[in-house]
Amino acid sequence: MSLGPHLLLALMEGTVAAFVLALTALGLALVFGVMRIVNVAHGEFFMLGAVLAWAFAHLIGSPALGFLVAIIASPIIVGGAALAIDRMILRRFNYQPEATIVATIGLLYIIQQLVLVFYGPDARSVEAPINFRIQLPWFGYSGYKVVVAGIAALLLLATWYGIARTKLGLVMRATQFDSETAQAFGIPVDRVYAAVFAIGAMLAAIAGVLIVPIKQAYYLMGLDPLLLSFIVVIIGGLGSLRGAIIAAFVIGISDGVISVFFSPNLSKILATLLVALVLVFRPEGLFGGKAR
Amino acid sequence: MRGPQHRVLALHGSVLALLFLLQFVLPAYHHTNFTSIMVLATYGIGYNILIGYTGLLSLGHAMFFAAGLYAAGLTVHYFNLDPVSAFLFGAVAALAFAAAVGLVALRTTGVSFMIVTMMFSQACFLLILYFNEVTRGDEGIVLTEAARQIGDFSLVNPAVRYNLALALFAIAVALCFILIRSRVGRVLVAIRENEERVKMLGYHTFRYKLLALALSGMLSGAAGAAYALMFGYVGATFASIEYSIYALLWVLLGGSGTILGPIVGALLMFYLVEWTSEVTESYRIVVGAVLVLLTLFFPKGILGTLREKRLRWLP
Repeated sequence: MSLGPHLLLALMEGTVAAFVLALTALGLALVFGVMRIVNVAHGEFFMLGAVLAWAFAHLIGSPALGFLVAIIASPIIVGGAALAIDRMILRRFNYQPEATIVATIGLLYIIQQLVLVFYGPDARSVEAPINFRIQLPWFGYSGYKVVVAGIAALLLLATWYGIARTKLGLVMRATQFDSETAQAFGIPVDRVYAAVFAIGAMLAAIAGVLIVPIKQAYYLMGLDPLLLSFIVVIIGGLGSLRGAIIAAFVIGISDGVISVFFSPNLSKILATLLVALVLVFRPEGLFGGKAR
Repeated sequence: MRGPQHRVLALHGSVLALLFLLQFVLPAYHHTNFTSIMVLATYGIGYNILIGYTGLLSLGHAMFFAAGLYAAGLTVHYFNLDPVSAFLFGAVAALAFAAAVGLVALRTTGVSFMIVTMMFSQACFLLILYFNEVTRGDEGIVLTEAARQIGDFSLVNPAVRYNLALALFAIAVALCFILIRSRVGRVLVAIRENEERVKMLGYHTFRYKLLALALSGMLSGAAGAAYALMFGYVGATFASIEYSIYALLWVLLGGSGTILGPIVGALLMFYLVEWTSEVTESYRIVVGAVLVLLTLFFPKGILGTLREKRLRWLP
C-alpha cells in the first residue's frame, strides 16, 4: 500500500478511536466538572463494559443479539455498581478530593481482582454484530468500525442535549456552578451527584462495549483509556466538556496515525509531552476557566 | 519542649537499634525481606515529605524511584562505575529529574497535580520500554556480582546489605527529622494547611514546593539506586504505576505526616500481601480493600491515629 491510502487508513482508525476516547473522557470530565472529584477507577468501568459485552455475547450466542443486549444491559449494570460505590464509599467522606482518589485506586484493584476471579486472565474477543466491509479503491474497511463512530457520535450529541436542554441537565449545571446555593434552592445535590457518577460510569461502559469487537476484553485493559482520558481532560481543561471532546479528537487521531506509522508507546509519550507543553503555556488547559 | 524532644529521640533511636539487633535473630528469609523493606521505607519517607508534610498528592513517584534505579544500574552495567559513585549519581540524577518535573507539574494545583504526575510517570515507563535496546525493557538487566563490590565488601553478602539498608533508612529518618524541625519544614507544613495564607504572608510557595518535590524525588531515587545495587536487578516494573501506588499505600497505612509511618506501612503491607498470597493468589484485593478501608475508617493511618489519640508529641 502506498503512503496516501496508508495515511487514510491511519486517519480512519484514529477517528474511530477518537470517538470511543471522546465518550470515555466525557464521562471522566462530567464527573470532575460537576462533582470536583477524579475517578481513578474510570478505566475499570470501561473494562467492565467490555467484559460484560463478552459475557452477553457468550451467553446469547448470536453476535448481533448479544451486542444489542450488551449495549443496553452492560451500562445499566455498571451504572448500578457506580451508584452502590457512590452511596457506600464516596458519600461517606463527602467527596473529599484526596480521599476519593485513594478510594477509587482501591476500587480499581478490587474490580480488577473480581474480574480476574470470575472472568480469568485471558484476553477474549467477541465477533462483530454486523459483518460487512466497505470497499474503498485501496482497501476494505470494517463496517462495524463506522457503526461504532456513529453510535458514539449519537451518544455525544445525546449527552450534550441532556446537559444543555433538559431539566436534569439544568439541575446538574446548577450544582456544578455552586452546590451550596443549589442545595439551598431545594436541589437534591446528593442525588445529582449519584446520577452524575452513574452517568459517567455508563459512558465508559458503553465505550467498552463498543470497543470489544475491535479489541479484546482483558482484565487490565482499563489502564490505557484511563491515561488517555487523563491526558485529554488535562489538555482540554479539567471540567470543560467541550475541551475534553476537542482534545479527544486531537489525541485520538494523532494517536491513531503515530501508532500506525511508528509505535503506540511513542504516541503516548508524545501525547504526554504535549500535556507538558500545554501546562507550560496554559496551566488551566486549553478550554479550562480559572478555578473558582 | 525538653521532655517531648527526649521522647522523640528515644523512640526513633530505639526503633533503629531494634532494626540493628533484629539482623542477629531473623531467619535468612525474613532477613532479606527486612533489607528490602528498609530500602522501600526510605522510598516511602521520600514520598511522605511530599504528601505528608507538604500536602501534595503525587501518583507518579515510581518515576523518581526508577530514575535512581536506572541511573545507578545503567552506569554500573555500561560504564563499570563503582557502586558508591553509582549510588551518589543515582540520587543526584533523581534530584535533578524531580526538579525538572516539578517546574512543569507544580504549575497545576490540586487534583490536576496528581493526574499530571501519574501521566509523566507512565510516560517514563513507556520511555523505558521504548528504548528497549538500552534498558532491555520488561526483562531488565541483571548486575553482575563483580560489579557490586565496594572494597572488600560484596553487596551480595546479606549482612553487608542489611546494614547498608539500615544506614540508608537511618539517614532518611534523620534527614526527614531535620527537615521538619527546620524553618523550611515549618513553611512546608504551613503550605499543607493553608497555601493561600502562606502566600499572603509573603512566602514564594512555588519555590518551597519545588524544594520539597526535589528532596522527595532525591530520597526516592536514592532508595531506587540502593535497590538496584543491593539486589542487582534493574527492570521496567519498578517504574510502573503500581510502584507509585505502593508508596501511597505504605504512607497512608502507616500514617501520612509521621516519620515512622512509611516503615510501619511498608512492613505491614509486605507481610499482609505475603500472607494472603499463601492463601489465595489475590494481592490486588488486599491492596484495594486496605486503600478503601483506610479512607473510610482510618484517614490518618496507624501512627496518625495514635498521635491524635495519645502520643501528641509524635513527629
